[in-house]
Amino acid sequence: MSEAGRAPSGTSSGRGHATSPRVELASTGALRQTMDAYYRSLGDAAERGAAPVAWCSSAGPVELLRAFGFAVHFPENHAAMLGASRTANRYLPLAHAQGYSPDVCSYLASDIGANLAGESPLSAFGLHGVPQPDVLVFNTNQCRDVRDWFEWYGRKWSVPVIGISSPRAVDEVTDADVEGVARQIESLVRPLEDVAATRLDGSRLAAAMSASRDGSRLWAACLETAAQRPAPFTFFDGTIHMGPAVVLRGTPEAAAYYAILFAELEQRVQQGVAAVPGERLRLYWDGMPIWGRLRALATTFADFKTTVVASTYCNSWIYAELDPADSFRSMARASLELFIARSEQPKERYIERMVAFYGADGVVFHDCRTCSSNSNARYGMPQRLAERAGIPTLVLDGDVNDLRCFSDDQSRTNIEGFVEQLTDARAAGRERSRR
Amino acid sequence: MICYAGIDSGSWNTKAVVIDVDGRVLGAAVARSGADLAAAAELTYAGALAKSGRTHDEVAAVWATGFGRDTVPFADGSRTELDCHGRGVAFYLTGPLVIVDIGGQDAKVIRLDAEGRRLSHRMNRKCAAGTGSFLDEIALRLGVDIQDLDALSRGATEELELSSFCTVFAGTELLTLIRTGKRPADLAMAAYRSLIKRVIAMDVFTGRVVATGGVVAFHPTMVTLLAQACRGEVVVPPHPQEIGAFGAALAARDAPASLMSDEMADEPAAVEDGGPGAE
Repeated sequence: MSEAGRAPSGTSSGRGHATSPRVELASTGALRQTMDAYYRSLGDAAERGAAPVAWCSSAGPVELLRAFGFAVHFPENHAAMLGASRTANRYLPLAHAQGYSPDVCSYLASDIGANLAGESPLSAFGLHGVPQPDVLVFNTNQCRDVRDWFEWYGRKWSVPVIGISSPRAVDEVTDADVEGVARQIESLVRPLEDVAATRLDGSRLAAAMSASRDGSRLWAACLETAAQRPAPFTFFDGTIHMGPAVVLRGTPEAAAYYAILFAELEQRVQQGVAAVPGERLRLYWDGMPIWGRLRALATTFADFKTTVVASTYCNSWIYAELDPADSFRSMARASLELFIARSEQPKERYIERMVAFYGADGVVFHDCRTCSSNSNARYGMPQRLAERAGIPTLVLDGDVNDLRCFSDDQSRTNIEGFVEQLTDARAAGRERSRR
Repeated sequence: MICYAGIDSGSWNTKAVVIDVDGRVLGAAVARSGADLAAAAELTYAGALAKSGRTHDEVAAVWATGFGRDTVPFADGSRTELDCHGRGVAFYLTGPLVIVDIGGQDAKVIRLDAEGRRLSHRMNRKCAAGTGSFLDEIALRLGVDIQDLDALSRGATEELELSSFCTVFAGTELLTLIRTGKRPADLAMAAYRSLIKRVIAMDVFTGRVVATGGVVAFHPTMVTLLAQACRGEVVVPPHPQEIGAFGAALAARDAPASLMSDEMADEPAAVEDGGPGAE
């Protein structure tokens, strides 16, 4: 045997690569500037009265809010900041004590808890907390929780909570569905005019629609570069660089940033630069990120030379078919066609298409404890994909923000075991073809 | 004479096995993992070597597996327990196989094809129900030593149900049954049945079912109940508690052909924590 003290070298663990080289994206500087400017504009609106403030769910009708000139705060983005900074678990008990169950959305509970504690990561950008809204606008196409979440704040500050009750588990999107949601979006105009004290300007709405569409198309182009081998961009990169796609949707700033990022990714493709050096395996991610373990998970997969190339999550902010000439109906269609709003069959077909498009060797399903709406491993989809389509699948138990629902060791064993399985299967295939 | 060793650094116990080039077990040892996993690995390795009659210099390679596989300082390589349990069982039995491994901290279901290659695996959720820890909790509540739980359950005459999903709730349920005068033997059997119910919900058990792990080794009632639940025979391979360590020793032996044995570079993906746009 080798000398005592030698580190394992088989599937060598590599836990904690604090000094490992990382493949930095140069666009990160522009990303930081873009996001800083956004947060500071929120502060100007909320604390210096530069503009009325609206809160919007991440899949809500933000283009309409842009047309009215609202500064828009996205509570889901705020909650993700709590998760990523691993402060969410400090705040969750405060909301649970208010009657919000540990089983409901940990975004909701950590965000409300942070508010009860009087703390916010936005203080790093000069704000004295979340920007107090003049109106809160939800869309239930993603879940019911956004409405319950917003209503807590609506009660707290006595401000209107309005929104769209969009169908969920949508099979094929019908014209009737589109008409129904379009009418709901249109019905928001009057109350928003009252809050903003201005009439809706059609040309401003069209401009927001165009900006949203342009930003979406560039964001989609960035994500699609990961179809190249080696992939220049990963799901984990995407969770960071999706910031403008979420909070600056409907503004020219989003498209401006994604033009920069896309140029860099194109360059990486041309130069063969891999986000995960030595890429051997490629996986597709379904479901929410585990914000507090992003770096740990990225490192774990990279240790095994495995690139998580894309996800249903980062692709959820693509509104490429918005039509400035038919704003309400195209917004409605985008809202209904969103992955999270769909039934099992369209979701399953979508994942199958994405696995083929990105050349993924398998799918990792994150079964997010407090987000049933965006957990797709609960009705047999991993088994169906494996049995029907021959796509290997792995289910990881975890949570978007509540780290009590996540086990580092168990997840690592699950991932490592999956990598072993896929690697062995690939080698066996090669062996068969040699024979 | 060349030989190979495998260390299974488990959550409760550490197991070590020394094999010859043909896979024959020459020596094995088990010790509590405790708080010093490296020390437990050293201890069991020394114990297995002593029993094998071989010396340290004769060991060509040591591979590690189990929850603490990265803490074995003298290991030359590692594979997950998912791999090693499959590898160990496939040495003795031909597939397709469904392996049920019930450990102290987790339960696993591993499916192998006819050639012994892994098709899939499932692990229990982050929860003690369905694992050896559950039985420890039940033994504690019944005031019996864990080693005596199996013998106690053999005196069961009444079919009782422990229906809670949660170990803590199951403990409370047990106290309720004790209060109503139910017999410890029936309660012990109810605990085994409860554990098996959790395990069989992890996957569809078609084909040849194999049971491994320390829990199976020391609680044979579990095997009987598993067979009843699967409506078929359940096979227990030789040395079920050490089967992971045995698989690791086989991995050490087969390392040149191992598909994972080349060095992994230490270059993780580019990512920062901080949330969307917060890099």
